[in-house]
Amino acid sequence: MLQVQKLSKRYGDRLAVNAISFAIAAGETVGLLGPNGAGKTTAIAMISGIARPDGGVVSLDGVRVTQDANELKRRVGLVPQDLALYDELSAWANLQLFGGLYGLGAEQLRQRADDALALVGLAGRRHERVKTFSGGMKRRLNIAGALLHDPDLILLDEPTVGVDPQSRNAIFDNLEELKRRGKTLLYTTHYMEEAERLCDRVLILDHGQLLADDSVAHLMQQYQGLEAAFMQLTGRALRDEAQA
Amino acid sequence: MNTTAILALIRTDIRLYFADRRAVIVGVLVPILIAAFFGYVFGGTGRNDDAGKIAIAVVDEDQSSVSRAITADLTADKLLQVSALERAAARDQVKAGKQSAAAVFPKGFGEQTTRALFSGLDKPQVELLVDPTQTTGARVVEGLLAQYSMQEISKEAFTGAYGRRAIDDYLADLDQQEQTTTRADLETLLRAARKLSDERDTTTVGGPGSSARREFGLSIPYTVAASEVTARDTTPYNGYAHSFAGMAVQFILFAGIDAGVLLLLTRQRGIWQRLRSAPLRRGEFILARALATTLISLFQFTLIYLAAALVFKVRIEGSWPGFIGLGLALCLLNAAFGLMLATLGRSAPTTRGFASMATLLLVMIGGAWVPAFVFPRWLQNASLYAPTRWAVDGLDGATWRGLPFNSALLPIIVLIGSAAVCLAVAIWRFRWEE
Repeated sequence: MLQVQKLSKRYGDRLAVNAISFAIAAGETVGLLGPNGAGKTTAIAMISGIARPDGGVVSLDGVRVTQDANELKRRVGLVPQDLALYDELSAWANLQLFGGLYGLGAEQLRQRADDALALVGLAGRRHERVKTFSGGMKRRLNIAGALLHDPDLILLDEPTVGVDPQSRNAIFDNLEELKRRGKTLLYTTHYMEEAERLCDRVLILDHGQLLADDSVAHLMQQYQGLEAAFMQLTGRALRDEAQA
Repeated sequence: MNTTAILALIRTDIRLYFADRRAVIVGVLVPILIAAFFGYVFGGTGRNDDAGKIAIAVVDEDQSSVSRAITADLTADKLLQVSALERAAARDQVKAGKQSAAAVFPKGFGEQTTRALFSGLDKPQVELLVDPTQTTGARVVEGLLAQYSMQEISKEAFTGAYGRRAIDDYLADLDQQEQTTTRADLETLLRAARKLSDERDTTTVGGPGSSARREFGLSIPYTVAASEVTARDTTPYNGYAHSFAGMAVQFILFAGIDAGVLLLLTRQRGIWQRLRSAPLRRGEFILARALATTLISLFQFTLIYLAAALVFKVRIEGSWPGFIGLGLALCLLNAAFGLMLATLGRSAPTTRGFASMATLLLVMIGGAWVPAFVFPRWLQNASLYAPTRWAVDGLDGATWRGLPFNSALLPIIVLIGSAAVCLAVAIWRFRWEE
């Protein structure tokens, strides 16, 4: 479904993503793992069409981003790492905007927003302002905002960052439900247990380079656990540089 | 074109504007309050006799018929508000800014001025103490003082006791001089004046201000009929019309700054990634922002002028299409101005500070606070390069001046032209791709 070939991006002198290539099949859930500054967010930005690659190709079922970015964007849902919500508005008003951006008509938007809010457990809070929500509720609404146009591929950039275990568990349930519905998920995270629970396959990225592309089961078998694989491949040095 | 997305963005911007109700109230109420204050200061809805009078003090150390008559004339003048004070008190009040000026008539003023009128010698000095911050008022006082002094001194010279004494003394001096044709003519003239004075003796016929005095003396040989040239002869000037024009322009530009800063903040939040990941073109996004800001500005403009009309009786005495056109053009300019700020600015606080300073400067030289005619000539000419000047002048024309649509056309063109320049800069500088 998603093909990424020799994708590169440079910020000044720093090569954030260095000619990475991988493919994701329809219905697959893939974890993109890497320490801070590994290039995960930059890779997601290029796949979602936000950032223009310096080299390489992203295509979805054979359609390149450069050929028809808007066509690709209609099939991709992005859950940004930073909360993409207007705190001053209600959950419903936020979803009306996000649905509107994809050209959804009023009735279709209402149905999709109802479904998305039900999925993330916020149906009863639709008319409340986002600023009254807890961190976990905001994260769930952030996911709901990416589902309104019924995308085939959902890109999730650290969707559980900064939430309590209960909210994280609820988000896992949401993602598992999406997986059951046949959606393709590309998921970035620092947390190995999340990848173990959710992913069929993981990509390990560091210094912009793809170090591993394998099934969770095989990596766990080879390295005696996913965390061991991660630490062995990326090293133990601290990563204090800014995330890219 | 993705019209659904454009409408969704516009709706969201309007919702965000109304979400902060306190800001909405302040954004509408503050311009109304400031305009009300300036409008009242500049004359309100009609001519208040006390409004705009120049406060002056008169120190009469002479207490002669002449000095008393001049004081009476000054007191009766509708431009002045006169207080009779002692010298020290008058000086203190001028120093404190409570009086624009103080005129001091020294002892012997009446007699000396009457003699000096004939001889041209030994002129007494009238001291004029002036507040340096109110020089315009002081000039008016100086002019009126000269007018009333000539009037009363000449009356005294030809009808009063000082005048007769002065003529007698002058005739005695002439007797000592050599006989010439000029001396003979002057003597004839003075004796005629003396005879006239005897016949019209004001010390017996009437005192200062009496009808007998009014028949003599030099006065301005014409009268002035001043009338306000407004939309209609029956409509008095409404000072609120100008102040509301100025404040509407100022606060609508402030709304543009808010819109620009909101866009800057949006770029720094996750919402920007969501917008960028949607099938939305750069032009569609810019159009949506421009339309949303225009609509919000129109709402603000309408409320400000609604208050002006309902409470302060500001009327569209000129062209309604002209007024609407000016409102739309101003709001378009505001939207483009906001977009330009968002593309030029780096951080929200810096942009807000810089833009507020630039806006205040533009509205000041545009005549929004003080009418442009009080500026020096070079500044008046320079202000024609500020779109705010055209906006204020245009709105003045559509309201109290009662000018036709043709007069609004050039301001509308200037405002739309300025909007186009701002929009061009915004489009050129707008970073959509990362």
